[in-house]
Amino acid sequence: MGRIGAPHNAAASSKQKPLAPDFTLPQLDGQPLSLSSYRGKVVLLDFWATWCVPCREETPHFVELQQKYGDRGLQIIGISMDDSPDPVRPFTQQFHVNYPVVMGTAKTGEEYGGVLGLPIAFLTDRDGRIVAKHIGATDAAVFEREITGLLQTQ
Amino acid sequence: MKMGAVITRIVLILAAISFISMQAVGQWSSIPPGRLINPEDLVKILQSGKEKPLLLQVGSHILYAQAHIPGSEYIGAAQTDTGLQQLRKHVDSLPRTKFIVLYCGCCPWSHCPNVKPADDAMHAMGFTNVKVLYIANNFGTDWVDKGYPIAKGE
Repeated sequence: MGRIGAPHNAAASSKQKPLAPDFTLPQLDGQPLSLSSYRGKVVLLDFWATWCVPCREETPHFVELQQKYGDRGLQIIGISMDDSPDPVRPFTQQFHVNYPVVMGTAKTGEEYGGVLGLPIAFLTDRDGRIVAKHIGATDAAVFEREITGLLQTQ
Repeated sequence: MKMGAVITRIVLILAAISFISMQAVGQWSSIPPGRLINPEDLVKILQSGKEKPLLLQVGSHILYAQAHIPGSEYIGAAQTDTGLQQLRKHVDSLPRTKFIVLYCGCCPWSHCPNVKPADDAMHAMGFTNVKVLYIANNFGTDWVDKGYPIAKGE
């Protein structure tokens, strides 16, 4: 697995875009989820936690984006950085989260260049390459613009 | 009736503005500036021959495992009862004049759920030389990316 360094942007050429490090992490029901199984989709990886206020504020927007663009090939994956899944389960129910959530680890964070503050979101193209990294709360319109641009490619 | 509706709308708007302002100010205003310490000032102290503070991380364990200030100890998320109990237990036997620095860095300063409860608990116990590390954005941006010393692991 690779390690992601500096932030990336959508303008980078294809060769410059690093592959998103693959991971297999447990979902809230214990079933494993592998990032590589979503190759071919535009994936938004959301590193978040229940105790993170900006993360909570972003969640309804992600639910809406998944609802709106899921059938066109968008897959949002939440990577919870909570220390335990206990607060995550009721949170996902309360917010009607319609995308998979896995429990992240320190190793996952390090492989993505260090998740040392939340939220952090990575957007990958259909080839699994990271085209954008957003640190901190990000306007939903920014995500939507980037996602619709990526969904146009097959 | 029309005038009543207008007044109601104005009141609602003012209430919303007030609520948002309170959210935005958050803990930034509720911990007195005299109890804060900036990262650069803490680094100077740590690199000097002066008395070193006891460094306590009161936030996320996953973030601590990825990177923390060398010599700092992980206590627990002070937003939780368990975290606060662990903090009180950890410092209970210490002299109340002990130089202690609390830090988290999980989120932007105004949204950090941990440093304020930790600071309140320490002062309620009578500690008189406690500082809270002012981390404006997150530990990654304001400490790691600036090249300040870090350690990894549990």
